[in-house]
Amino acid sequence: MSVTIKNVLQAEEKMMRDTYCRVLTELAGKDQNIMALDADLMSSSGMKPFMKAFPDRFVNCGIAEANMVGVAAGLSAMGYVPFAHTFGTFATRRVCDQIFMSAAYAKLNVRIIGTDPGVCAAYNGGTHMPLEDMAVLRAIPEMILIEPTDSVMLENLLPQIAGQRGVYYIRLNRKNAVGVYEAGSAFTIGKGAVLRDGKDVTLFASGIMVAETLEAVKLLEEQGVSARVVNLFTWKPIDAELIVESAKQTGAVVTCENHNVVGGLGSAVAEVLVKNRPVPVEMIGVQDEFGEVGPEDYLRGRFNLTAVDIAAAAMRAVKRKP
Amino acid sequence: MNQNLPLRAAELRLETLRVFEARGFGHVGGAMSVVETLAVLYNGVMRIRPEQPDWPERDRLVCSKGHAGPAVYAALAARGYFGKDLLKTLNRPGTTLPSHCDMNKTPGVDMTTGSLGQGVSTAIGLAMGQKLRAGGSPETMSASAGTRVPRTFLIIGDGECNEGQVWEGLMLAAHQKLDNLIVFCDNNGQQLDGYIKNVLDTGDLAEKFAAFGFFTQSVDGHDANAIAEAISSAGKGDATSRCPSMIVLKTKKGYGCTFAEDQEFNHHIAFTPEQMAEALAAAQKMIGEVSA
Repeated sequence: MSVTIKNVLQAEEKMMRDTYCRVLTELAGKDQNIMALDADLMSSSGMKPFMKAFPDRFVNCGIAEANMVGVAAGLSAMGYVPFAHTFGTFATRRVCDQIFMSAAYAKLNVRIIGTDPGVCAAYNGGTHMPLEDMAVLRAIPEMILIEPTDSVMLENLLPQIAGQRGVYYIRLNRKNAVGVYEAGSAFTIGKGAVLRDGKDVTLFASGIMVAETLEAVKLLEEQGVSARVVNLFTWKPIDAELIVESAKQTGAVVTCENHNVVGGLGSAVAEVLVKNRPVPVEMIGVQDEFGEVGPEDYLRGRFNLTAVDIAAAAMRAVKRKP
Repeated sequence: MNQNLPLRAAELRLETLRVFEARGFGHVGGAMSVVETLAVLYNGVMRIRPEQPDWPERDRLVCSKGHAGPAVYAALAARGYFGKDLLKTLNRPGTTLPSHCDMNKTPGVDMTTGSLGQGVSTAIGLAMGQKLRAGGSPETMSASAGTRVPRTFLIIGDGECNEGQVWEGLMLAAHQKLDNLIVFCDNNGQQLDGYIKNVLDTGDLAEKFAAFGFFTQSVDGHDANAIAEAISSAGKGDATSRCPSMIVLKTKKGYGCTFAEDQEFNHHIAFTPEQMAEALAAAQKMIGEVSA
């Protein structure tokens, strides 16, 4: 793994879904087993170019997500590598049992792509806001849960995701992400990326929270606090070694997720720490509430997911050190 | 393969009872109602290689009513996928023969099932994959290469049709023109909590399947020859539309098992050694009658 951080953080020119579809289409050109499925959200998922390139390997299952997951599992039993797409809400809580039995328990080879994570569902509102998608799937053994941060990471991870056997859930922001990584950065599934070293507190972040966390670092510097930043883009299997090492180095931890703190990244990190290295932990994330409708900026403030919130949590964590 | 199918079915009924025998309880009702269908499938219909269970070009069976596993296991043992001794290990700690079908545990089981409705979707994925692998429809294959597209056989229960996923899947199968998918609906009229008409009436299933775009036939599900005939007619309903096939099996839950047949609550039942001895004797007698 070798990562370089951009000096200036700003929104990428391309939407994540465009990068996703381009890379998957390229991979499908090389591997005739790659297939794509959608559930009447092809336009939202951005998969039309794939369908045009490989009409025989694209299946629109209609508004029937449970069936789509099972069909994907069946295709994988025939040696295909299916990528099934829908909104994160329907990709997880609606089809939890299908992912469990038809895919995971059956030890088949399936990728589920859930778009619009957490507050990114914005104007679709609380009904469509997956704040529990990772929690729901985290309890299923052997699942691999990934939230790519930006297009550079997505492009680097997709060939790994296509090439390694297992049942994956990819939590995909389909809009323009804030670009965090320089082109050429390379990542390893299951390993966190250390973006910045620090000695007082470790900020573990994922998805849209990574850029917020890097902003929070500046606020903390002004207060004389040195923060380590780790991008835990793989929620399962969690990088326990890096979490423990970071806790030893800094003695306090903040987790930052665009997700309910119940069962999510904060829980995953805390599960590692209580067993191995108990240190003060603060959790930034939605505090066990339902989502609501509104612009993403408003929702980030409404659920305290901003750099200011992260910095304040870091100060609390540092003060709690024994 | 020229088979005495009623005899194979009678033998399979006896073997299936023996699978349950050692445990003293099990999903007897729904296993007994699909015995004839399994006997037909595994005696001349399915293209399989018991000595090579993972042969990629094999026909596949998805028993979506996964609780009929014991009957499937008996059928697999009869075809030599594993020894009959293994059948006695049903549901014992560490067994490779669990209550519900598991593709990772039992040689010859093509799909893991148990959560009802899900086998419909996985079977569709298999059938779709078989067609894609073969690169065309059965007609084009046979015309060009003298080969055929492998088929997927799917067994669902009538009670299972309460599950919405069944209908999601059937819609897609017809839309995708999966003419290599042959579905059997075990229409025994009963579900766990009693008679379907009292729990959640599915109405006229054959009519519904036809409305969903399936070439639909109804047969006596305990007449092995009639089932074989229906399978050979499957896919021939409308050659131009290339639709998937449905065979509605008119059956009795617990058929041929003296302590289970004609009981309202025979989905998962316990039995005494005496009851089982009586059932085995009756099954043995049935073999004699068919052989005569």
